[in-house]
Amino acid sequence: MGRMITIKALKYNPNSKVSKAHFAKYELEETDGMTLFVALTKIREEMDHDLSFDFVCRAGICGSCGMMVNGVPKLACRTLTKDYEDGEIQLMPMPAFKLIKDLSVNTGEWMEGMSKRVESWIHTNEEPDFAKLERPIEPDVADEVFEIDRCVECGICVAACGTKLMRPDFVGAVGLNRVARFYADPQDNRTDEDFYELVGDDNGVFGCMSLLACEDNCPKHLPLQSKIAYMRRKLVALR
Amino acid sequence: MSNLIEGFLGKSVEGKKSRMPAKLDYWQSATGLFLALFMWGHMFFVSSILVSKDFMYSVTKMFEGVSFIKGGNPFLVSIAVAIVTTIIVIHAGLAMRKFPANYRQYQAFRTHMGMMKHEDTTLWFIQAFTGFAMFFLASAHVFIMLTKPETIGPYGSADRMISEWMWPVYLLLLLAVEFHGSIGLYRLCVKWGWFEGEDAKVTRVKLKKVKWAITIFFLVLGLATLAAYMKIGLEHRDQAGQRYQPTAMTIKNIDSGIYSKNQNRDMNAETSFRTLVAMNFSGIHFQKKGA
Repeated sequence: MGRMITIKALKYNPNSKVSKAHFAKYELEETDGMTLFVALTKIREEMDHDLSFDFVCRAGICGSCGMMVNGVPKLACRTLTKDYEDGEIQLMPMPAFKLIKDLSVNTGEWMEGMSKRVESWIHTNEEPDFAKLERPIEPDVADEVFEIDRCVECGICVAACGTKLMRPDFVGAVGLNRVARFYADPQDNRTDEDFYELVGDDNGVFGCMSLLACEDNCPKHLPLQSKIAYMRRKLVALR
Repeated sequence: MSNLIEGFLGKSVEGKKSRMPAKLDYWQSATGLFLALFMWGHMFFVSSILVSKDFMYSVTKMFEGVSFIKGGNPFLVSIAVAIVTTIIVIHAGLAMRKFPANYRQYQAFRTHMGMMKHEDTTLWFIQAFTGFAMFFLASAHVFIMLTKPETIGPYGSADRMISEWMWPVYLLLLLAVEFHGSIGLYRLCVKWGWFEGEDAKVTRVKLKKVKWAITIFFLVLGLATLAAYMKIGLEHRDQAGQRYQPTAMTIKNIDSGIYSKNQNRDMNAETSFRTLVAMNFSGIHFQKKGA
């Protein structure tokens, strides 16, 4: 028999007039290799059918299950309960995103807005000709772009960011990382001036206070610190 | 006209963003870097009291330009203070853009900081807090330096601590400066990607260690220096206001019979400075000049 663990989850429905925010406490037996996702599923099946939380892939790929675990944003599916030695785990929804209910937040809507804001698509004057081979890209350059493109939009960098919590219009590490991705992509013809128009202000790269909780909590270990510093250097050098 | 339109719309007539946020970010960092490095130099000069009163005196006279003005002129110190103060004001004005601007921002950040227990996030708050404290602490200090530069010296500075009751201000200012400055230098490195090298994560761990080493080094040096001035201030309490006479000069004055207990600022500082330099270089501690 495994040890007993206690999970306290914030329960609140902002769309209900009678809902009062409170922590619900659940005690359950830990199983081998138990993740928070497994524990929450068990709670929902056996103890509280009303508990809301997000998940899709269960394997740290989709980035849906971000939540605050003992105050730190993590993917529930990749967080093992055994890593919490005292067996007490407090769960809260990620801040900065629209709260749907309990642990469920709307990251998708925010990410869509971010994508539009930084114009997260290739800007080129070349007409694609599908009958021809694509223009080759240096492997090193392609690797760099792919490396940054591994972002799964889980929102953990946003939830971890003290700047973002103080200033809701801040574009966040995910937005600056996205800009860096297209900046590095030779297929994108945008100039430094064009990128300045997207993030050259105090809600963009110059608003970043370098708290680096994004870098320290990114489940994909993206080089956010380097990329933000790089974009800052590039955009501050413009005349 | 374009300023009116740009101010109103938040973008230029051509629909472009202002370059000002980039400039503000740059100058916030540049002024911060200058001040942090200046404070390193400042600490080394101030801590000259740990070597000897004569040495601190000679450093003071050096900044009064004794090498090119006969006897030195404290006004030169005022000019330097005015320049540094201007940079402090610019830096404070630029950096305060980052402060929480209302209760909700403050509340959200504090809650977040308490939940996350993330070192760099907490360090930022310490930096903002000490920065705010220095609005007042540094102002008190630079105002005195600006208006009474002639009082800087082994006794004048020591009397300031004890007889003028400034030691609590200087203790708090020391803590604020050392935390603010070292955190700021660390943040500059990660903010602009300095010394990043092959692996930014490895570099950052090293930078953090260096940052703490710098904090501890300057805090220890600063506390020792403050203690030294306080000790002198306590010993000199009964003669508060009296200026320091360097050893060589005292010997000279005793020798020529003009020394008096309440004699104010020396009449021939240049002579004493040169004598001091000569003493320091020759290793002779009791050299009579003109004997």
